[in-house]
Amino acid sequence: MSVAVREQKRSAWGGGYSPFKVEYGKLMMWFFLLSDSFTFGALLISYLTTRFATMGWPDPNKVFKSYPGASEFANAPLVFVSVMTFILIISSVTMVLAVQAGKEMNKKAVIKYTLFTIIGGLLFLSCQAWEWTHLYREGAWWGRNPFPNFDGSLSSPNFTNFFFTITGFHGFHVFSGVIINIVMLIMAFVMYSKKEDII
Amino acid sequence: MSHEVVLQADVAGVHGTAHHEEHHHKQSFITKYVFSQDHKIIGKQFLITGIIWAILGGFMSVLFRLQLGFPDTTFPWLETVLGKWGKGGHIAQEAYYSLTTIHGTVMVFFVLTGGLSGTFANFLIPLQIGARDMASPLMNMLSYWFFLLASVVLLSSFFLETGPFSGGWTAYPPLSALGQASDGSKQGMDMWLTALVFFVVSQLLGGLNYISTVLNMRTKGMSMTRMPLSVWGVFLQAVLGVLSFPVLFAGFILLIFDRHFGTSFYLSDIFVAGQILPHEGGNAILYQHLFWFLGHPEVYIVILPAMGLVSEVMSTNARKPIFGYSAMVMSMFAIVILAFLVWAHHMFVTGLNPFLGSVFVLLTLLIAVPSAIKVFNWLTTLWRGNIRFTTGMLFAIGFVSLFISGGLTGIYLGNSAIDIHIHDTYFVIAHFHLVMGVAAFFGMFCGVYHWFPKMFGRFMNSTLGNIHFWVTLIGAYLIFWPMHYEGFAGMPRRYYDYSGWESFKQFISLNKFISIVVIITFTGQFLFVFNFFYSIFKGRKVTNKNPWQSNTLEWTTPIKPLHGNWPGEIPEVYRWPYDYGKDGVDFIPQTTPVGEDESVH
Repeated sequence: MSVAVREQKRSAWGGGYSPFKVEYGKLMMWFFLLSDSFTFGALLISYLTTRFATMGWPDPNKVFKSYPGASEFANAPLVFVSVMTFILIISSVTMVLAVQAGKEMNKKAVIKYTLFTIIGGLLFLSCQAWEWTHLYREGAWWGRNPFPNFDGSLSSPNFTNFFFTITGFHGFHVFSGVIINIVMLIMAFVMYSKKEDII
Repeated sequence: MSHEVVLQADVAGVHGTAHHEEHHHKQSFITKYVFSQDHKIIGKQFLITGIIWAILGGFMSVLFRLQLGFPDTTFPWLETVLGKWGKGGHIAQEAYYSLTTIHGTVMVFFVLTGGLSGTFANFLIPLQIGARDMASPLMNMLSYWFFLLASVVLLSSFFLETGPFSGGWTAYPPLSALGQASDGSKQGMDMWLTALVFFVVSQLLGGLNYISTVLNMRTKGMSMTRMPLSVWGVFLQAVLGVLSFPVLFAGFILLIFDRHFGTSFYLSDIFVAGQILPHEGGNAILYQHLFWFLGHPEVYIVILPAMGLVSEVMSTNARKPIFGYSAMVMSMFAIVILAFLVWAHHMFVTGLNPFLGSVFVLLTLLIAVPSAIKVFNWLTTLWRGNIRFTTGMLFAIGFVSLFISGGLTGIYLGNSAIDIHIHDTYFVIAHFHLVMGVAAFFGMFCGVYHWFPKMFGRFMNSTLGNIHFWVTLIGAYLIFWPMHYEGFAGMPRRYYDYSGWESFKQFISLNKFISIVVIITFTGQFLFVFNFFYSIFKGRKVTNKNPWQSNTLEWTTPIKPLHGNWPGEIPEVYRWPYDYGKDGVDFIPQTTPVGEDESVH
């Protein structure tokens, strides 16, 4: 058999090359996020099916109406919750800015924005800690729901059950993110002080 | 920095090929065989752990078949061996339920998921796509150690005062959620849940690695459509696992809270022993949805790697290209997608809306299409081939036989009109044991016999292997075929003793027959176990790099490849892996460039 080599056409999927031009760590992270979204998806769908199968449900405007330092009679429906959401969104903006700074090889900006992201994450976790403590003092916990339904009737404990389980799992998710960001911050600092390239 | 260098950095950085040999001398027994990061060693660790689990899981079935086949006979040795579980020479009721539960859990998760895909994904992916190791060897090692940890936790539950979990491998609440409902739902269930959470972690670590290795680290010329079907099989099962195990994980989290933190996600309006429980507002069916959203893809997680291995072994030993390579790949894709859309066919009798049920019937029957395409492709691969009946090939053909026999009854069960009658009967037991239990085992045996020379540099004894094949094939059919008749007659699964029912008394002798065959077939498996361990040390030595005259890349490595697989450069690939009997040439390895006068496949 003659073995004159034919020129192989080189393509993104042809082997010897990453088809998405990313290293394996990033690829893994994408797939991990996909699987993580399935975990949260399952929890949220569980919540939704139970919510719609239950006749009554508490009024969130009456449950989440306080904020740190407020008096017992404060009535600020969903304000503190909105603040927490805002903090979370801002911290994802700073995360994007940190990644962009990394692409531009701007080490100082990487450190700055990573630091902001960590602060945002810690701020969110602190808010959550306050919120949980506050609700606990009002008598809410797994298996205990002091809040009445919209129509004033006695509510099932599944409101608090799902609230604490899902926000708890989300808090764990944010906490792991903060830890990973701290590790990256340290790595960025080391590279900054050694004047190494950021890969 | 070029991409090639970055992609291979993990292994090449530490074990640069040039320095490879000298590095190896410094490796101690611990780093080489125990905490190894070499994908080949990790694959063997999965395999041997899987074999030990299979023996234990099989022995459990022998024990509960003793009860089913001989309910009136006493076996005094049972009390000697099992203590209170074998009181008076009978398997105790609680023990019977534990044994069936743990048999299912062990076989589905620890043998056919961990043992099968863990072994062959680890062993074959880097060797067949031309990579030095997995994308992350460290995560790969952790995947095995989480698997072992899960195994140890599950096994330890046998030594609890209250025994291991006994509520069925599907662990439906409320039984699995309430410790006061049964002994097995006490600490045994906690350990079962802990073990399975570790198992999910292991599957995620492994699966992410398999996916990113296949996508990112193929050698030059190894396009996706030049990958052997064995790699496609494990790649797609990893995708399935990464997307479905998290849902099971979420379901388990809610179950753990129901057990210990006073929630009622799955619980409502329950009396246990005359006592009213405070749980309200939950829904036990919710768990079934979450469980089967994993549970159904799980059977494809089990069967896809087996399908891949069988395709590869069959083409090699029929000395013919696999028939319809792209149809094979497309069917596997179709199976992956449909796998997520059929879960509620396990739940036709839960009070599911009959209209919704009919949607799931349709989607379920659709799976018959890709499955049938695959079966016909295997048959046409065999058609007029120069078949070499190696032991691996026998098991590959046996796989197809079992897959057809078990698959056809799936069409019955997929129809809700029939399923409502034969749900939870022995018909279901017969169906899934043939189509995904024994068939997947055959895929695993086929893989072990075929790749043993690459794993250990020696052959397994083929005479023993052939006897093992016939004992297992005939045994499997004799055990599960009669169960179809029992199922048609309405005999429910999971019962401890059928002799109290007038309708099932006719099956006393049939049950006895099945139990005797179970004992013989289980004993026959020791032919394999002996052959496997004996051949590691004393088997006939492999003298040729490519003993099966195969095309794929793993046979271009040295007979006993070191960590890093190829001593020099990784070979480049020029063609698909199934050029057997092309232009009168028996086989053309993937590394052979396409000649001027040759047509590209």
